[in-house]
Parts: sequence; structure tokens; C-alpha cells
Amino acid sequence: MVKLVYFAWVRERVGKPEESVDLPASVTTIADLIVWLAGRGEEYAYAFENGPLIRAAIDRTHVKHDASVAGAREIAFFPPMTGG
Amino acid sequence: MFTVRVQAEDFDAAAEHVRLTAGRTDIGAVVTFTGLCRDEEGTLAALELEHYPGMAEAEMNRVLAASRARWPLDGAILVHRYGKIAPGGNIVLVVTASRHRAAAFAAAEFLMDYLKTRAPFWKKEHRRDGTSGAWVEAKDADDRALEKWSGLLD
Repeated sequence: MVKLVYFAWVRERVGKPEESVDLPASVTTIADLIVWLAGRGEEYAYAFENGPLIRAAIDRTHVKHDASVAGAREIAFFPPMTGG
Repeated sequence: MFTVRVQAEDFDAAAEHVRLTAGRTDIGAVVTFTGLCRDEEGTLAALELEHYPGMAEAEMNRVLAASRARWPLDGAILVHRYGKIAPGGNIVLVVTASRHRAAAFAAAEFLMDYLKTRAPFWKKEHRRDGTSGAWVEAKDADDRALEKWSGLLD
């Protein structure tokens, strides 16, 4: 099981702040995970429709979409940051 | 003293400056930057800042460590607020201290440029006409601001 957490408009579109999922063996990278999530239903398709724009973090560290998800405990998806 | 804080409460920039320099006689320069909530020509009622607890602090500490590796800093305080903030209210504080001004100025600018693009915070607008729900979009200019620091962080 891996914990997925969502922020800002990704969270609003998915409709929940977090969930735990079992990843299929075919999902080895963040890019794979985005494709898999987008296929889980209308709300996910909407949240991840512009996949390349979405930022990701594994265990609270920024990662690129080619990063491996092996061993990840917490994976976060969110829009580009707008703090400061 | 090097400190990172993420909090809902307001902060006092002058008090943070005093905290950073208390008892020190070796510091020659302190730069204080405060980011405020604008009212966008009177249309904005408030900004709501969402953050990623845990990662926000971690990322601010990573950015702080990168600044210390590049400039001879004698102290720094980073504070970022979350929650609802009205126009005129404080959002973010960067205080840097060094022997000389060049390092304090440069490190403060670097820290702000990186906080804006790497620290996991997101702003949502609440408008005076009662509408809400528009998330502030990231600006290309903020990404371009990083180019002058190229190579310091991935």
C-alpha cells in the first residue's frame, strides 16, 4: 500500500485529500502512476488531464515524472507552487 | 541562528530581526523581506494559503541549506504563513544576516526566488464580489527568476 496525497486544485478535482492504494505491477514511475490514476474515473481523469503540468513528490521530496515509485511510502500530486 | 517556521499566526518582522541579532556583535548586515497580500485593485477579499505539512518545512530547510552553502551567512529566519490572509496582511518573511551586505542581499533574494517556486504552498483567491475558487496560477517570471541561480538546486 502507498499513501497518495493531493493538494490545491488536484485535491479539489479528485474530491479527497488522501487515500491508500495498491499499485499494479505495471506502475513503476510517477508518469505511469499519473496514467493509471487518470483511468480510475471521471474525477481522476479531470484532475490529471494535463499530466505533464502536475508536480509530484515522493516522501516529501520533489521528483520528476521519470522517478521510480519503488519503496515510496507517500506520493503527493499538486499544481506548480504559488507561495511566497 | 537558522530557523524555519510554518504557521497560521502573524509574525512581527522587527521582532524577528531582534531575535536574529540579539547578543551578536559580529553581524554587519541584516536584510528583511516581507511578502504581503495585495488587494488586486480592491477586488480581493482574502487569499487562502494551502500547504503540504511536513514537506513545506523540509523544502524550506533544503533551500536554506543551499543558501548557506553559497553565502557566508551568520543567521537566517524564514517564516511562511498558511490559512486565510486579508489584504495588507503578512504572508512570508525572510531575514538574512551576514558580516557584509552583499551576502545578506543576495541570499535573501535567492531564498525568496526558491521559496516561491519550490516550497509547497498554493494560493486561492476569495473575491470581494463573493466569488471564490480561483487558484493563483504560477508565473513564468518566477521560473525565469531562478535562472540567475542556476545549478544550486535541481
